[in-house]
Amino acid sequence: MKRSDLKSWLKTWDAGEFDFTAEMGKTEPEKEHPGSASEHPWKRRPVNRLEEGEIWAFRRIYPVAAALLCAVMIGFLLLTVEKLPPFGRADNPAHNQVMERYVEKGMEETGAVNAVAGVILDYRAFDTLGESHVLYTAATAVFILLLSLRGQKEPEAEKRIMQMDPLLRSTARIVVPLVIVYGIYGILNGHLGPGGGFSGGAVIGGGLILYATAFGFEKLEKLLNLRTFRIIVLCALCFYSGAKCYSFFCGANHLQTIFTTGVPGRIFSAGLILPLNVAVGIVVACTMYGFYSVFQRGRI
Amino acid sequence: MDLFELCLLGLLVVCGISTCLSRNLLAALVIFMAYSVIMSIVWVLLQAPDLAITEAAVGAGVSSVLLFLTLKKIRDIRKKDQDEKK
Repeated sequence: MKRSDLKSWLKTWDAGEFDFTAEMGKTEPEKEHPGSASEHPWKRRPVNRLEEGEIWAFRRIYPVAAALLCAVMIGFLLLTVEKLPPFGRADNPAHNQVMERYVEKGMEETGAVNAVAGVILDYRAFDTLGESHVLYTAATAVFILLLSLRGQKEPEAEKRIMQMDPLLRSTARIVVPLVIVYGIYGILNGHLGPGGGFSGGAVIGGGLILYATAFGFEKLEKLLNLRTFRIIVLCALCFYSGAKCYSFFCGANHLQTIFTTGVPGRIFSAGLILPLNVAVGIVVACTMYGFYSVFQRGRI
Repeated sequence: MDLFELCLLGLLVVCGISTCLSRNLLAALVIFMAYSVIMSIVWVLLQAPDLAITEAAVGAGVSSVLLFLTLKKIRDIRKKDQDEKK
């Protein structure tokens, strides 16, 4: 099979237009329909014996091999699961002094009523710092990839259809404020109850996406364009890194700062957790909206 | 394990398999959203409300929207190709 042939064949395969049954049933090229042959370049050539073999392999062996591979992988995973200790037993390896410390002294030491927030943003804040940088790197890669497609135009007619839809607009008018307020509540309440920077930020991002779908990007552009997006994300990440690196630099010894542990249960308590949650929430909300924007129209 | 949890877990399996098997990509996406919503209920039952909020917002919301957009882009490209052929 020549290289160019393979390329065109792969193209039709990618487009989902490849018809195996037609290819299998046919040994002679169809010469009666020159018009249809020019539409599909792979139909023009006679299929020789070698290619037939390849197609046969593709059709018969690959599914079987894929199924076998899946079965083997599932088998390995199930074998591993069998070795795991039973769920929730008292002498499991996860039930060690670390967990006891987190559960018993977590509230006292971090000031966070929500133990999860206490662990991820205080005890294990270094992990979370790394995670947020991984996320930031991934987001940057996506933006580099998609912002290079600049210059493609939004389909005007479609945009108008979306924005004229009364159902979407009236629903968005009611839902968007609730969603955004809930997201803000989730961020500010992250150390007191379920929520936190990532989930609250994702909820706000979802609200912004709904708003942009219903009312267009123009109004949101005043609030959030590429320049403000860059500034906000950079400031929030720098604040996060600075705040936590200071703590690590001091050997995580909880030196007296303006962020005290405070009274557990109040909004302004739990030291750095609340400001860190706000920073993470802002970054995540902006990134979610930015993803939608670059996916939809190639720019922010 | 009560009946409700069993129903949810069964639905999870059904949704997961039918996402893989459905020929229509749009339908697969909608089933995937349903999977995320069921999963968020399961997270609540497993007493992980933090995860439930994140799953509902990211799994059922943002990532599905991005996948929908991707699907739309693919269709636009295909339509353009067909127009050019004509």
